[in-house]
Amino acid sequence: MKKTNSTFSIRTKSVLTGWSFVLLAVILIFVFYFYPMLQALILSFQTGTGSNLTFTGIDNYTRLLSDKTFIVSVKNTFIYLLIQVPLMIILALFISVLLNDSKLKFKGLFRTAIFLPCVTSLVAYSVVFKYLFAGNGLVNTMLLKLQLISAPIEWITDPFWAKITIIIAITWRWTGYNMIFYLSALQNIDHSIYEAAKIDGASASRQFFGITVPLLKPIILFTSITSTIGTLQLFDEVMNITKGGPGNATQTISQYIYNLSFKYSADFGYAATVSYSIVIMIALLSVIQFKVAGDKNG
Amino acid sequence: MAKSKRFFMYLFLSVAAIVSVFPFLWMVVSSTNQSVDVTRGRLLPGSHLLDNLRKLLDTTDLQLSLMNSAKISITTTLLALLIASLAGYGFEVFRSRSKDLVFNILLLSMMIPFAALMIPLYRMFGQISNVFPWMGIDTMTSVILPTVTTAFLIFFFRQSTKMFPKELLEAGRIDGLSELGIFLRIYLPTMKTTYAAGAIITFMSSWNNYLWPLIVLQTPQTKTMPLLISTLGSGYAPDYGMIMIAIVIGTIPTALVFFLMQKQFVAGMIGSVK
Repeated sequence: MKKTNSTFSIRTKSVLTGWSFVLLAVILIFVFYFYPMLQALILSFQTGTGSNLTFTGIDNYTRLLSDKTFIVSVKNTFIYLLIQVPLMIILALFISVLLNDSKLKFKGLFRTAIFLPCVTSLVAYSVVFKYLFAGNGLVNTMLLKLQLISAPIEWITDPFWAKITIIIAITWRWTGYNMIFYLSALQNIDHSIYEAAKIDGASASRQFFGITVPLLKPIILFTSITSTIGTLQLFDEVMNITKGGPGNATQTISQYIYNLSFKYSADFGYAATVSYSIVIMIALLSVIQFKVAGDKNG
Repeated sequence: MAKSKRFFMYLFLSVAAIVSVFPFLWMVVSSTNQSVDVTRGRLLPGSHLLDNLRKLLDTTDLQLSLMNSAKISITTTLLALLIASLAGYGFEVFRSRSKDLVFNILLLSMMIPFAALMIPLYRMFGQISNVFPWMGIDTMTSVILPTVTTAFLIFFFRQSTKMFPKELLEAGRIDGLSELGIFLRIYLPTMKTTYAAGAIITFMSSWNNYLWPLIVLQTPQTKTMPLLISTLGSGYAPDYGMIMIAIVIGTIPTALVFFLMQKQFVAGMIGSVK
């Protein structure tokens, strides 16, 4: 009896010690993630300016569906998402496969150069891109000199080109970041698999789709989910390159939330409703991405 | 055939590398040129570096912004490493079913978009301001607190702890060290590279953070570097040379941290996806 008691207390002690190590982190995440998340949900059913809020049921949600600015922001965000994320992932995969070639020279140099954009702050690089792509900026000057275009492209002020500029900018900043994940995963693949495939006469593209892609699938899934979450929250670049303009042509959902809360009349309730649309989209897209990846697993 | 393939491989990688590096070169070169030369697309270094720097120092409070950014990033990094490594260690070394459940719940927080948090957080700090002005809106604390703990960093430390030789813990217990003593005197020194990688990731994201500081820091005295750069960039008659030197200065700390600890950074990223 005494023996069981003491083992029990040792186990209790160990459990308590374990909890004491994780407690601070758990409290902070609950206070600064889950509690505000709940608050946002409550807010999304309220209307008013500043702190004068009243419950209005689902009014905000019905307003959302007929809000043209919201719909434009969602559309813009999805254009970025659908073009930029696949483009970046394919580019990063391609570069990392090339860099993983054992006979490649200057490997470290290429890797460092392509990873370099990741050290810049989103704001700093956005401002640099804004000037590079200005009407009389360097990109236009160079394209004109090379006679690739006959008149300057309105990168920032034309609704179509402004979106392209944003996509180019994000791709520049994040491709190297994703590449590092693929590169580290590629280094974990046993080389003999490729040797065996070569002996069997498999072509390079066959090896890529038959070996590399399936083995990297968990990392590809990871990067596509993080990139999706990142793009759905896009803010810094658009704010600093185009300010959302021309008109609302480049505005993202995050920027609309910011405008609703801090630029217009502080409509916290409605802004929270808009923010919940991102929560729902992230949840849905992540489930879809998991499903797609799972199905291919067979 | 194989030769032309090699050629295209090098060509492609070279183009990718040049495209990646070019904006940096341009930014550095432009910081030495006059505004009009920057717009003209001059690609050669000029002699206006000091002029641009003087103008920047005259028109902005650069030192203050640098200090604010440094204080916030260093404090965030130290606290984040301590909290996340304690938690990562705790989740991995003292496992129980309920703790694993809590860990999975914490991981869910990675899916929460900041856009959904910013308004409640802003209101929360508004209320705190009424009681404790020193940690409410417009203070360093209000920037640090919401960003100091991330599930990603806890996950990162837990993953790395899996590799930690558990016999060392037993040895510590036999030697009569307390659990915290084991953590501080055996675990912490052994896991130096993990701490280094965690420090780089946290320092970079803290130094570069924009949206939350933009919301919560409201007076010029609390401005951080990204906020300073953003305001300079949005002026009507921008002085390009001056803005470029501000961007270069704002990028130096993260570039330095990255280059000094590149090895650990890559190792850290690998550790986090294994």
